[in-house]
Amino acid sequence: MISQFFVLSQRGDNIVFRDYRGEVQKGSAEIFFRKVKFWEDGDLQEAPPVFNVDGVNYFHVKVVGLLFVATTRVNISPSFVLELLQRIARVIKDYLGILNEDSLRKNFVLVYELLDEVIDFGYVQTTSTELLKSYVFNEPLVIDAARLSPLGPSAVFAQGTKRMPGIAVTKSVIATEPGGRKREEIFVDIIEKISITFSSSGYILTSEIDGTIQMKSYLSGNPEIRLALNDDLSIGGSQGSVYGYRSSSGSGTVLLDDCNFHESVRLDSFDMDRTLSLVPPDGEFPVMNYRMTQEFRPPFRINALIEEAGRLKAEVILKVSAEFASSVTANTIKMQMPLPKCTSRVSFELEPGAVGQTTDFKEANKRLEWSLKKIVGGSEHTLRAKLTFSQESHVNITKESGPVSMTFTIPMYNASRLQVKYLQIAKKSATHEPYRWVRYVTQANSYVARL
Amino acid sequence: MAPPPPQSNRSPSPSQPSGKSEVSDLKSQLRQLAGSRAPGADDSKRDLFKKVISNMTIGIDVSSLFGEMVMCSATSDIVLKKMCYLYVGNYAKGNPDLALLTINFLQRDCKDEDPMIRGLALRSLCSLRVANLVEYLVGPLGSGLKDNNSYVRMVAVIGVLKLYHISASTCIDADFPATLKHLLLHDPDTQVVANCLSALQEIWTLESSTSEEAARERETLLSKPVVYYLLNRIKEFSEWAQCLVLELVAKYIPSDNSEIFDVMNLLEDRLQHANGAVVLATIKVFLQLTLSMADVHQQVYERIKAPLLTQVSSGSPEQSYAVLSHLHLLVMRAPYIFSADYKHFYCQYNEPSYVKKLKLEMLTAVANESNTYEIVTELCEYAANVDIPIARESIRAVGKIALQQYDVNAIVDRLLQFLEMEKDYVTSEALVLVKDLLRKYPQWSQDCIAVVGNISSKNVQEPKAKAALIWMLGEYSQDMHDAPYVLESLVENWDEEHSAEVRLHLLTAVMKCFFKRPPETQKALGAVLAAGLADFHQDVHDRALFYYRLLQYNVSVAENVVSPPKQAVSVFADTQSSEIKDRIFDEFNSLSVVYQKPSYMFTDKEHRGTFEFADELGNLSISAESGESVVPAQRVEANDKDLLLGTSEKDEGRDPGSNGSAYYAPSLNGSSAPSATSQPLADLAFPTTGISSQAPTSSLAIDDLLGLGFPDGTAATPSPPPLNLNSKAVLDPGTFQQKWRQLPISSSEEHSLSPQGIASLTTPHALVRHMRSHLIHCIASGGQSPNFKFFFFAQKAEATSIYLVECIINTSSTKSQIKIKADDQSSSQAFSTLFQSALSKFGLS
Repeated sequence: MISQFFVLSQRGDNIVFRDYRGEVQKGSAEIFFRKVKFWEDGDLQEAPPVFNVDGVNYFHVKVVGLLFVATTRVNISPSFVLELLQRIARVIKDYLGILNEDSLRKNFVLVYELLDEVIDFGYVQTTSTELLKSYVFNEPLVIDAARLSPLGPSAVFAQGTKRMPGIAVTKSVIATEPGGRKREEIFVDIIEKISITFSSSGYILTSEIDGTIQMKSYLSGNPEIRLALNDDLSIGGSQGSVYGYRSSSGSGTVLLDDCNFHESVRLDSFDMDRTLSLVPPDGEFPVMNYRMTQEFRPPFRINALIEEAGRLKAEVILKVSAEFASSVTANTIKMQMPLPKCTSRVSFELEPGAVGQTTDFKEANKRLEWSLKKIVGGSEHTLRAKLTFSQESHVNITKESGPVSMTFTIPMYNASRLQVKYLQIAKKSATHEPYRWVRYVTQANSYVARL
Repeated sequence: MAPPPPQSNRSPSPSQPSGKSEVSDLKSQLRQLAGSRAPGADDSKRDLFKKVISNMTIGIDVSSLFGEMVMCSATSDIVLKKMCYLYVGNYAKGNPDLALLTINFLQRDCKDEDPMIRGLALRSLCSLRVANLVEYLVGPLGSGLKDNNSYVRMVAVIGVLKLYHISASTCIDADFPATLKHLLLHDPDTQVVANCLSALQEIWTLESSTSEEAARERETLLSKPVVYYLLNRIKEFSEWAQCLVLELVAKYIPSDNSEIFDVMNLLEDRLQHANGAVVLATIKVFLQLTLSMADVHQQVYERIKAPLLTQVSSGSPEQSYAVLSHLHLLVMRAPYIFSADYKHFYCQYNEPSYVKKLKLEMLTAVANESNTYEIVTELCEYAANVDIPIARESIRAVGKIALQQYDVNAIVDRLLQFLEMEKDYVTSEALVLVKDLLRKYPQWSQDCIAVVGNISSKNVQEPKAKAALIWMLGEYSQDMHDAPYVLESLVENWDEEHSAEVRLHLLTAVMKCFFKRPPETQKALGAVLAAGLADFHQDVHDRALFYYRLLQYNVSVAENVVSPPKQAVSVFADTQSSEIKDRIFDEFNSLSVVYQKPSYMFTDKEHRGTFEFADELGNLSISAESGESVVPAQRVEANDKDLLLGTSEKDEGRDPGSNGSAYYAPSLNGSSAPSATSQPLADLAFPTTGISSQAPTSSLAIDDLLGLGFPDGTAATPSPPPLNLNSKAVLDPGTFQQKWRQLPISSSEEHSLSPQGIASLTTPHALVRHMRSHLIHCIASGGQSPNFKFFFFAQKAEATSIYLVECIINTSSTKSQIKIKADDQSSSQAFSTLFQSALSKFGLS
């Protein structure tokens, strides 16, 4: 069981604070924040999500820059608490539509209502958005979504975290809409995160796709949904065997290493026809998580080169080619490359006519940055940078620089070729068909090319 | 906590009050509204209440408003009511007199026709935490537990627990635990059931320290009917309650193997749950259930690999860290099972350093003949990393792999390349490693010395690295041409050397060098001894004086002392004892795994709760024989792999035939008939039983050979009627302690142990496992070589009588001291014989 739950802003203010058991001293939020802010423990410079100060265990997750924290004195399962914190954040988001510091502050009474029902005396009662509806009486004060930077893929991308909050809509599950009627709709997002490491010669050293099928339903009457995936999907092929790259043998089968499912998913016919059936609960939730190490075509190829160009000078050539269809456009691309320590000045040379590209040399950590607003499929872009060194370097400059890392978001593209073939809503008396949205998005998790 | 500084550029929001002066304003405003029935009064009240709550949130004391808040609470507006409940719950403890004011309206609300109001009121009533108000709780709680609405019952069950914490006697006197026990097995609502389980576990655990009955009750939660009842409904529970049930099941001791497989088949699909907490709780059940079946245990590792890896890569970084910590534990226990998955442990550039650190340790552990080259290549990439702590860690990892003796050849080359990288931290780490490497593989000295000789001591600053370099200069001075001169220049800079460690090494190195190349070193030796004798550091001074006198006494004796021929170090000491590692494994799926220490090291006694089993006894054993059974020194460990399996089983594990991904459970769909289930089980059970049945004969033979027969007494006396032990014996530490204090010693004997037994006793766990196969269970164990201490217990079959054993084993004298206490004195001799025969078979099977 947990003792306290609180949410802190980036500056360390309490936005919500709930003490369930009165076992942990009052100043715990301050102790926690100071510890996280000035973390020091041997070589580690970052506070781990779980730590112990004077017999009190502190758990935290970061969501949209806020710290969701739980404390306890007992030796509890860390996964349990961290999952719970993440879930509480999601439930709050379901109710507020948008989760950020502002919306939390405006709706803190509603949040207290939720917290009272989610946890009693430290024990979890329910985290079901749907069940909680009957206990929540405050109307959410929805903050103006238009004013905010959209919580779309690009916003997610900016956070630079592994997890992607829902890119579905920013609508509260309980807010009444203008016009009084709820719009019947359902969102299914296939979100994939790619990790890949290219060797200096361009070979793929490791690659993995971590995917989630995320659903957010605004359908009334809890209809059953059927979600059909690729017929040729197979699972667990590489279980236990060497992590390697089987050729996909041209058959186009999608081979997942492993996957898991949300509680509500029924797999009765999954083995037969790769169909998932479920009655989606309210709010946002992952229908299925999957992991794939099967060989796939990487969306980008990176070519990076650093060469000495005379005394105290060197040249960097960075080339990126988009290896996907021209109908698809990647956005918010950013590449970073650490440069030799003695680099003092960098001058950049973009291709003629380049639009929406920016370059920067971060003096403090000697890093080159190149951002591109968009890259159209099939195109190729090059950056040349001339480096000036402050002193002569004896060591191999290639060893001193790199690796190149890249982040991006590609909407309506997925590398695994896992597809939702159809989305069927079993509902008879609908006056009009509910809106169905199936969207794909691919992001870089760790996209690295070595020099 | 101070209020945050007011932000001028931000629009005022309800949760951002201007300061403390507001409290008195709020007070007067609340007063005005208290009796108001004017339209819109509720809305104004809501705004005021919000302000009060927001003050409370940021830590401003608004308890002075208690009276006014209560006055305003006479309302039918549920939003207002809830805010009022929240406020009252927070401050009632500090205002017990005022809290009395709230009792009235709360009690009235407990009888409201709306179940939600009833539930809310009951929850608030129980949250007041005021001891002198408990009499008002019993009535509403009693009716709450019988309410026809599940929400009210849910609240009431937790209410009972709250009452227990305010006044345990009131709770017990009202017989609420019995009511909860009834609900646990009969309530249709699973959340009510889950709450009953939480509440009863807490109450009975706390009670069991004083009441034997409570201890027994707590044990009944682990009885077959309760566990099966919960397991059969597991899918009806919420994911959080499932974790609770699974935690309970992990402690359940099945009676036979078919039961184990039934449970595992039932829970098989829980491994595919999206919630990592459910997956880990399930894994704990699997690991605990199969502890006694080595081969199935290993199949469990194979089975859980994929789900664990999926959990690591989905979810937030925090969630994946928690799972990764557990994966780390398993990899460290059974590295060879994960050696093919090494690529999963490669670091990603954007991972936090606490994740990278775990991954580096895992990469080190899984390195073997086939993957070392690739792992070391990858680690070398990290050595140039911008993240310097991780770069250092990576180099250390390369060194550790080298010390594991796979493909040393290639690694030495890499390490030597590090030395040439000209990054000071890389050079430093590499020097330390080369030193360790040479201590283990002296045969590499030629290659290493060539490179080390090129390093200028001026470029090495870190004390550890400098000390390593100096050590090598001393040790290999005959092969390093300019060693005496380098040492001499180091001695000249004695005063600038701030690290005592370096100065100590310098003293020794010059001595060693002197013995090998006396004429060239004589000058340096005089200088270093003089400098050492004048040193202000006690250790340095003493060592210099010691060397000086030693040389005065006899130079060849001095050489024997300072620079004797050395044997290569075969194994470097491990930092954590296997006892501690086993403890952590027993506490799988808890913070112990993340912190990498057992719970007693970071948790107060009263908060250890239901996780803890043998701990109290662990303390007992320490206090009873002060210090004797506890050796503080850290032990050198022969082979980590033994933690999981014995050597023979380990070899079987590498057999490609048993590499299947699923364990041999007959059917994973759970639909098969039970009779079908037990058949392949029997096959599985054979290898173990087969071995143990051979054991007596072979043990006798060996005993005869070595002249270490059984105690004469047993052979002479007519053999007593065979004693059968209960396979499902359970006893909690509290009861054990109590009985141990009460019962007289019925037998106290000393015996010799077979040499094989002594050899097998590398960890207390080995014996614990062995005795368990003889139906004798360990409740606490401790100590380190050569002294081990165990507390065992066993139960007579079809009877309640319990046998308690204290067994102290000294592995250097090969003696065991056994004290037995028994409920039933008449059968204690039979048990003593049984115990000794079980003990004598240890190490022979």
